[in-house]
Amino acid sequence: MRTRTRSRGKPAGTAATGSAARFRPRPPRLDGLRGRLVITVVVVALISAVTATGLAYEESRDAVLKRAQSAAVEDFRNRVDRLAAELDVPTDPRTMARFASDVSSGLRGSLVVAQYRDYTASSDPSADRTRITPELRAAVRTRSRISLQRVQHGGKPWLVLGAPVGLDAAGPRGSGGRLSGVEIFAVVSLAEEARDTADLVHSVQTGLAPVLLLSAVLALLAARTVLRPVRRLARATRRLATGELTIRVEEKGRDELAELAHTFNETAGALEHSVGELRAQEALARRFVADVSHELRTPLAAMTMVSSVLEEDADQLTPDAAHAARTVSAETARLARLVDDLIEISRFDARAVALTVHEVDLAEAVRGTLAARGWADRVEADLPPGIRARLDRRRLDVIVANLVGNALRHGAPPVTVTVRAADGQLSLAVADHGPGLAPEVAPYVFDRFYKADSARTRSEGSGLGMAIALENARLHGGTIELAPPAPDAGAVFVLRLPHRTESAS
Amino acid sequence: MPHVLLIEDDTSVRDGMELVLRRHGHQVDAVGTGEAGLELLSRPRAGGIEIAVVDLMLPGIDGFEVCRRIRGRGQLPIIMLTSRGDDLDVVSGLEAGADDYVVKPITGRVLEARIRAALRRAGPVARTDTDDFAGLVIDRAGLSVTKHGAPVPLPPTELRLLLELSAAPGRVFSREQLLTSVWEHDFLGDSRLVDAAVGRLRAKLEDLPAKPRYIQTVRGFGYRFGPV
Repeated sequence: MRTRTRSRGKPAGTAATGSAARFRPRPPRLDGLRGRLVITVVVVALISAVTATGLAYEESRDAVLKRAQSAAVEDFRNRVDRLAAELDVPTDPRTMARFASDVSSGLRGSLVVAQYRDYTASSDPSADRTRITPELRAAVRTRSRISLQRVQHGGKPWLVLGAPVGLDAAGPRGSGGRLSGVEIFAVVSLAEEARDTADLVHSVQTGLAPVLLLSAVLALLAARTVLRPVRRLARATRRLATGELTIRVEEKGRDELAELAHTFNETAGALEHSVGELRAQEALARRFVADVSHELRTPLAAMTMVSSVLEEDADQLTPDAAHAARTVSAETARLARLVDDLIEISRFDARAVALTVHEVDLAEAVRGTLAARGWADRVEADLPPGIRARLDRRRLDVIVANLVGNALRHGAPPVTVTVRAADGQLSLAVADHGPGLAPEVAPYVFDRFYKADSARTRSEGSGLGMAIALENARLHGGTIELAPPAPDAGAVFVLRLPHRTESAS
Repeated sequence: MPHVLLIEDDTSVRDGMELVLRRHGHQVDAVGTGEAGLELLSRPRAGGIEIAVVDLMLPGIDGFEVCRRIRGRGQLPIIMLTSRGDDLDVVSGLEAGADDYVVKPITGRVLEARIRAALRRAGPVARTDTDDFAGLVIDRAGLSVTKHGAPVPLPPTELRLLLELSAAPGRVFSREQLLTSVWEHDFLGDSRLVDAAVGRLRAKLEDLPAKPRYIQTVRGFGYRFGPV
């Protein structure tokens, strides 16, 4: 399959190889388009061949039989007419026998039976006479003309002729002729004619197999011309679905499939365009947040720097001015924290973050985090000694501080921190003993600026803490999960990180 | 009265810093460009300046270049002011020779503490003996280092780091321990400060900085002096 990939943007390399590996061409199926097409064409070829053969067979068999029949009738009549003159009634068996064998000799040795009153003479006395059916005898008795019947006997076709023998030459034909009372029958073989028509059928049969094979091959070729563009489209569609929006297919020819390929290309182009637009907009929005945060930082730097002066000298101000000074100082610190978090999350969005990894003693690190924030007395820590792992100590501190800070602010004491290492994984569970999180809130706890309690419009945190904690966990190849609610525990957040050590790395 | 050179382009930030540092008893020379700061340092009476606080984002020559030029002419301690929190900026600044860095916005108290800590690193140490480690002579009384007789000038932070490590040859110091003892940071100091200072120190002391003899890395734990 040939696909054109636009050079713009980076090709989705991993997605492409991934999809190529995942989507192997399937083996041909009987109920697939190809199978259906081949079966249909072969069946049509078979039906038309059989029908044509059947019709031709009918026609030619009728013609052959008719010719054979009329030839036999003509011979029979001539012979009987000529020999009838020598016949006298009443007759005797010997004359009858001679008459019969004479007629027979003119009919290429066919069986001839002559009957007069109650005795019968046959050209071949040993031959089976059941071929002359009672119906034919009845017809001969009642009609003056030659009667005939086709019968099957011993697996072979026979033509049985019968006529009353007239005394005048015109006897059997005219109605005025005198009848002799002798009835004559002849059994003519039609085996030769049957063999001729059978030969025709046989030759058609031997010709049918190559015709069917040829039609199957033609059907396969036809299916190929249809299936190749279809398969190409299918593959391109799958790659489009995996996010390879630059994929295009070749538009060859002017048929419906080329039209379909054109439509596909247009669709892919439109999709690429709108996804690109969305991405650009999103990037713009993120960039805006990052820019705003940076712009805020400089005035904040000046305010933060001098706010300590306000605080230190507040005692010398009037009570109102002192209050204002302390408020400005406190809110400046808060604003600085918020902007810090905004910049941090912007950097995660822009993927401008890196890990500074060292082997860290987990118990020591967690104890340090708790001590640095004055939480050591408020948190029950279960920290097994000797667990060492390669981690970014500062980012671990951010995660633990946010999880514990969140539990202290929103949960109920006692808050516990439990560290475990098992199966190549580190887990750090932070649990409080409050009422836990409502099920409808749980999916949103890691959302930015999500506030579980709508009444509390402002909390001590920036509203980004949990989101930043999660990003930091992911940066380590780990995750943070909210444990399923348990009856005797409040909210339980579990940080899971891959346990890498110096020797293992 | 410590004498501080402050290079910061934003007027409000500069004025705020000057105000706070003065209130903490420093003598402050505040300028808006790297060129002005370097010019100030090159004056004859510039010997009084004990520490430089340099913003990285400056018009004209940037903070990294200012750091390099200051380091090129002496061992003045340098504290970088970063406003981006950009990891690359921090690493580049440390490579350019900065001793420490702070991220704006910062309170006057924290800046003051960092300046004091940096200045203390230039002060006298408890031990006053002299050690000779296979040609590397560390004179703790004179606060000087010579290698095979040739003096190795070291800025205060690097010298203090060397003194700390060489005081107990063979003992492993974690990055956190060094941050606490040398930089006086709390437990969350940036370990890259230690790594950068070790890198600068190796470049000056070791014959083959890639195969250090004096300051060795103990993977997973930290650093160790020798054994030589």
